[in-house]
Amino acid sequence: MAVAVLSIVPSFHLSAQDTSAIDRGVRIGIIYRPGVRPGLVMLPRTGVGLDSVRAIIARDLDYSDRFEVITLPGGDSIRLATSSSTPTRGTGTRRSGTGTAATGGAQAGTLNYPLYQALGADFALDITAAGDTTVATLHDVAAAGIRRAVRVKLPRPGDPDFRQAVHRLADQTLLAALGTAGIAATRILFVKDGKVYQIDQDGAEQKLVSSSDRQAMSPAWASDGRRFAYMEFQAGKGWLYLQEMGSGKRTAVSTTGSALDFTPAFSPDGQTLAFSRATEEGTDLYTINVKSNCCLRRLTVGRFSDNLSPTFSPDGQRIAFVSTRPGLPQIYVMAADGTDQQLFAPFDYGVTGSSNAPEWSPDGQSVAFHRDVAGTLQVFVLDVRTRTVRQLTSVGRNEDPTWAPDSRHLAFVSDRSGYRQLWIIDLDTGRIRPLLQQSGARLPAWSPRLSEAPSTTP
Amino acid sequence: MKSVSLLLALGLGAAMITAGSCGGNPPPQTTPQPNTDSIAAAERARQDSIDEANRRAQEERERIRRQQEADAAAALARSSEDVRNTLAERIHFDLDKSNIRSNDMGVLDQKVAILQANPDLRIRVAGHCDERGSDEYNLALGNRRAQSAKQYLVSHGIDASRIETQSWGEERPAVDGHDESAWSQNRRDEFEVISGGDNLHRP
Repeated sequence: MAVAVLSIVPSFHLSAQDTSAIDRGVRIGIIYRPGVRPGLVMLPRTGVGLDSVRAIIARDLDYSDRFEVITLPGGDSIRLATSSSTPTRGTGTRRSGTGTAATGGAQAGTLNYPLYQALGADFALDITAAGDTTVATLHDVAAAGIRRAVRVKLPRPGDPDFRQAVHRLADQTLLAALGTAGIAATRILFVKDGKVYQIDQDGAEQKLVSSSDRQAMSPAWASDGRRFAYMEFQAGKGWLYLQEMGSGKRTAVSTTGSALDFTPAFSPDGQTLAFSRATEEGTDLYTINVKSNCCLRRLTVGRFSDNLSPTFSPDGQRIAFVSTRPGLPQIYVMAADGTDQQLFAPFDYGVTGSSNAPEWSPDGQSVAFHRDVAGTLQVFVLDVRTRTVRQLTSVGRNEDPTWAPDSRHLAFVSDRSGYRQLWIIDLDTGRIRPLLQQSGARLPAWSPRLSEAPSTTP
Repeated sequence: MKSVSLLLALGLGAAMITAGSCGGNPPPQTTPQPNTDSIAAAERARQDSIDEANRRAQEERERIRRQQEADAAAALARSSEDVRNTLAERIHFDLDKSNIRSNDMGVLDQKVAILQANPDLRIRVAGHCDERGSDEYNLALGNRRAQSAKQYLVSHGIDASRIETQSWGEERPAVDGHDESAWSQNRRDEFEVISGGDNLHRP
């Protein structure tokens, strides 16, 4: 009985902020420290018409896993009971307007800071409208003043860029509060039924981006977020294509069409595409200059082993990849010119299962991959500096991890809910949430931060 | 008896005519001469019936010939179909392996014989995997499986240029299902004709 109670305790901590309610099986290697995240309260407002903006931003800040987002029970009544002056639209606008110029506590008194502090809030966010401008005012509750007011002109709801613009506003708020960049304005590419789709990181705006009816695999973002590469089956071969995010215009990578080319990966400078090519000799890694669409270069000569699934380090100096030279596929690393090939993720001969699908984190410190554990796949993370691995998942089959630009969230494929779909895990808190509620999604690729919507960029 | 009396009657008749001619004054023609038209008609009718018979005989010969041709074609098609089926017979692999199983060597030997008997035949070998491995790794594994079959055929004397290979990874399962029964059927090589497969000869 005592044992049962003890085993419940850790999941109880997590369930306090797990909206998915399916939070089992992702605890290994993660130390969850409750209470260290700053509390943030979204100030409620009625009748201003920014409900969707508020809802999107609140969810973005929640999904950042960097705040304890506090929900006010009957928020309006608390506010009305504690504000000495009725918070009309006019005062809100005036306060925000002066807030940009004045920093730190200049407008103290407009909020009942002690009350919010008592609720556990370190920050309070107020979203208001001033004409066609939306103002996000971030209050520093402890300092009893306005930290920053961000003013943006949002597209109308329903505009194709509306949600991304709101996501960017959420990221600006997060930057103002914590000094770190968020991941709200990002998207994930994935494959379903042989087609490439994109979806916002909050699970909204799923959209088909494949411009071909042929079966596609392995989408990979360019680091500017303006285009992606992918592989397509065509006439018995594997072709690599580059596609612009905005226009959907696609071009075949030169020299493909002669073999089975797959698993493309952009170099960080966007000039080079590394990929795997399967021939009579097996599968080996090549690079091609995509800027001038030329200069095929071979990086590995496997002969009796396969080398595949390249991923660049963020400085562009190294490539991690999969090699079958130990008999089973394992994670290797080499210089970007193909020299100095060596084992990357340690394994035990005859004990450790196949390891595949490496992706180097944007901060350069980790490589995520999946490994066969007792006949099913689990997500692992390799620490690049110490070359130690830790297992992240243990429930169901979990595969094909891809890093968010903050290097602390991973999207991956899991069948933990009964069918294969995309999930997102936060490595710092262990919180996990489903990105989709539909079966068949796989091979996810998380975008870099999308500073502007590609569709509005000429 | 009857023929004898007929001959007699003819003899008598002939004697009478001879006697009459000798008499100098020929009696009026009593026997009606057939007119030329009716002779021609009869001749036509006779000829028509001969033509008709010939035509029928010709048609019959033609029908038989066509029948024989059809029979031969059907036999050939059956043979070609048999050969095609033998050629398409799949081989299977162990989990995460690409070596040819010993019990599949006979299947490949038949393909060697068919390729040798049909020098214009070109084929494509497609390697497939089950769903358990990694999606992208399976493209490399499927390639190995296709190459294994090709190498076997080439090592038995088939020109490498007659065999193309491809890999589908786990993208085209033969059987839907998530158990060993489905998986074992999905770990396979498929063989398809690229060209020269219209009339396949038996080895």
